[in-house]
Amino acid sequence: MTANPYLWLVPVLPLAGAAINGFFGRGSSKKAITAIALGFCGAAFALALFLAAGFSSASAPYYYDLAHWLRSGSFQVDFSFYLDQLSLVMLLVVTGVGFLIHIYSVGYMWDDDGYYRFMAYLNLFMFFMLTLVLAKNYLVMFIGWEGVGLASYLLIGFWFTKDSAASAGKKAFIVNRIGDFGFLIALFLMIKHFGTLDFTHVFASVQTLPTETAGAGLLSAIGLLLMVGAAGKSAQIPLYVWLPDAMEGPTPVSALIHAATMVTAGVYMVARSSVIFERAPMAMMVVAIIGTLTALFAATIGIAQTDIKKVLAYSTVSQLGYMFMACGVGAFSAGIFHLMTHAFFKGLLFLAAGSVIHGIGGEQDMRKMGGLRVYMPWTFVTMGIATLAIAGIPPLAGFWSKDEILWRAYNASWVYWLIGVITAFITSFYMFRLMYMTFGGEYRAAAAQETHGHDGHGYGHGGPHESPWVMLWPLIILAVLSVLGGWVAGYNHHFENFLAPVFQGGKAVAEESPEAGKSALEYLLMAVSVSVAGLGWLLAYLLYSRRPELPVRIAAWLDGLDEAVAHKYYIDELYTALFVKPLIDGSTTILWHGVDQGVIDAAVNDSADAARHVSDNVRHMQSGNLRSYAGWVAAGGAAVIAYMVWMGVR
Amino acid sequence: MVPLSYYLVLSGILFACGVLGFLIKRNIITIFMSIELMLNGVNLSFVAFAAQWHALSGQVFVFFVMVVAAAEAAVGLAIIIAVYRTRETLNVDQVNLLKL
Repeated sequence: MTANPYLWLVPVLPLAGAAINGFFGRGSSKKAITAIALGFCGAAFALALFLAAGFSSASAPYYYDLAHWLRSGSFQVDFSFYLDQLSLVMLLVVTGVGFLIHIYSVGYMWDDDGYYRFMAYLNLFMFFMLTLVLAKNYLVMFIGWEGVGLASYLLIGFWFTKDSAASAGKKAFIVNRIGDFGFLIALFLMIKHFGTLDFTHVFASVQTLPTETAGAGLLSAIGLLLMVGAAGKSAQIPLYVWLPDAMEGPTPVSALIHAATMVTAGVYMVARSSVIFERAPMAMMVVAIIGTLTALFAATIGIAQTDIKKVLAYSTVSQLGYMFMACGVGAFSAGIFHLMTHAFFKGLLFLAAGSVIHGIGGEQDMRKMGGLRVYMPWTFVTMGIATLAIAGIPPLAGFWSKDEILWRAYNASWVYWLIGVITAFITSFYMFRLMYMTFGGEYRAAAAQETHGHDGHGYGHGGPHESPWVMLWPLIILAVLSVLGGWVAGYNHHFENFLAPVFQGGKAVAEESPEAGKSALEYLLMAVSVSVAGLGWLLAYLLYSRRPELPVRIAAWLDGLDEAVAHKYYIDELYTALFVKPLIDGSTTILWHGVDQGVIDAAVNDSADAARHVSDNVRHMQSGNLRSYAGWVAAGGAAVIAYMVWMGVR
Repeated sequence: MVPLSYYLVLSGILFACGVLGFLIKRNIITIFMSIELMLNGVNLSFVAFAAQWHALSGQVFVFFVMVVAAAEAAVGLAIIIAVYRTRETLNVDQVNLLKL
C-alpha cells in the first residue's frame, strides 16, 4: 500500500463547501453560493480524476491515516482513508455524477428560497458519501453510512412545511435505523472475534477461516447482518418501503441520493465485504434471493404507478435488486458495473423527469402529461436514451451490465436468470410506458395549467417549455455516458479485470480469462434478454401509443390485481398493521398511560403531595411567636437530656 | 470546703430560672435578662469544675463566655431599641410578623 497525502482532501473539500454555505449562505448572493458549492464539489471531482489518472489495475491501494480516533488496549480505529480499484470506481461515480447533479440543481432550485440550504446539504451529502467509499475501516465507513442517512433525511424533508415531505424524511430515517442496527451488530461481532475493524486486517483474519459450507457460523452471521444493513440503505425487501416515499424530496436529490449514489452504498458495502461473503455461502444465497425477489417485486409495482418519480423509484429498487443478485451469485464486479451504469442512466432518468416536472409547472402525474416531445426535445431525446439503456437495448450501457449479471446468474442457477429476464421484460415495459405517457400523444393538461407549484419551485409560465441549458448539459453528458459507459468498460471484460485485484478471491473472476470468446450459450441468453426488452417495448407501444384505451379495459378486467399493484401490494398498510400500529398502541397504553403516567408521574406527584401534606401540618409550628419557639427549643433540649440520662442510667 | 454538688445544684437552679423566665415572660428585656441568667448558671458550673479539677481551661471558658455575652448584650439592646422604635412595644407576643 502507498500513502497518498491527497486522499483525505477528497471528502473534506465538499465539507468545506457545506460549512461555508451552511453558515454564511443565508445572506450571500446566489452567485456566490453557486460558486462555492460547485467549486468545492468540482475540486473533489478534479482531485478524484487526478488520483484516477495514476491508478491502474496493477496499482497497489493508496491509503492515508489522517488521525488517531479510538485507542483501547489492542483495539484501535483511526480516521484513515483507502483507495483501491473498487473505491476508485465509486469515487468517480460519486464525484462525477454528483458534480453533474450539482450543476443541474443550480437551474432546478434557483428560484427556491432555501437555495443556500439545498446547496449546503448537497455538499454535506458529498462529504459523507465520499467518507463512506474512501473509508479504510468499517467504523469510518459507518460514519459515512450514517451521514448519508442524515443528508438523505434533510433533503427528503427539504420542503419541510409540506407534511408528506416531513413524514417521508422520518420514514426513511427510521427504516434505515433498522438496517443500521444489523450493520452495528455485525461490527460488534467483528470487534469481538477479530479485534479490529480495519478492512485489510479483518479480511486477513477471515481468510484464515474455512468456508462455512455446512450450516451457518460466525461469517454467515456477520454476512447476514451486513445484508440487513445493506437492505436498509439500498432499499431491498423487506426494508425498501422508504425509497418510494423519499421521492417527496426535490428531484435532483432523488437523482443523486436515491438513484445514483447513496442507495448503492449497500451494494458497495457487500462488494467490499466480498471476502466475508465468499466464505459464507448461506449468506450469499440470502443476498441473491433477496436481490432477485426485490428486482421482480418492485418492477411489478412500477407498472401501475402514475407518478413519474414513483415509477423511477420502484425501478431503482428493482435495479438495486439486480446488483444484489449479482453480488449474491459471486459476480461482485458485475454488480459494481451495473451500479456504475445505473448511476448514469438512472441519474439521467431522474434529471430528465425533473426537467419534465420543471417544464410543466410541477406536475408529476403522467396522466396529465403527454405530447411533451414537441415542447422539450432535448429532454425527450436524453430520456429516450436512458430508457433504451435501462431496458437493455444494445449497445447502450444497461445492456452490458445487465447482460453480465444475467449470464452470471444463469451460471449460478437458472431460476435467478429466469426471474431476471422476466424483470427485464417488465422493466422495459414500464419504462416505455413512462415514455409514451409522458412524451407521446397529445398534451393532456392544457386546461389544468393553474394547478402548478406542486414541486415547490413556483416557476411561473404559460405552457410546457424546455429547461434552461444549465439543466440540459448534465442531461446530455449523462446521455453520452449512458451510451458509451457500458461499451467502453464492458467490452472485453475491461471493467472486471480492473476490479480483479479487489475480488481476486472471487471464484467468478479467476476462472475466466479475458481473451476467451463468448460461448454460444452466452449469445443465446443475450439474444433472449434483448428480445424480451424488445417485447416489453412493443407491448408498451401497443398499449400506450396505438390503443391508449386498452390499459383501462385491462385494468378493469384485472380488477383486484390492478388495485393491489396500484396500492403497492398493500405492503405499507401491512407494515402499519403489523409494526407501526402495535407499537403506537403499545406505547400509548402501556408506556404512556401505564408506565409514564401510572408509575413515573404518579411517583413524582404522590411524593409532592405527601410533602405538601406534611408541610401543611408542620408549618403551624412556625407561628412567629418567640416564646413558642423557645418552648420547642427547651422541650427539645429536655428530651435530649432525658435521653442521655436514661442511657447513662441504663 | 463547699462540695462540688452544691455549686452544680445552684448552677442548675439558676439555669432553670433562666429557662422559666424566658418561657413565661412577655417583656423582651426580662427575656434578655433571663438569657444572661442562663449564661451565668453555666459559668458557675465551669468555674466549679475548674476549681475541683485544678484545671484553668474552665476559667478561660468563662472569660470567653462573658466577653461574648457582653457583645451579645450590646447587639441585643440595640435590636430592642430598634424594635421599640418601630413597634412601640416590648411585648414579644406582638412582635410575631415573621411566620408562615
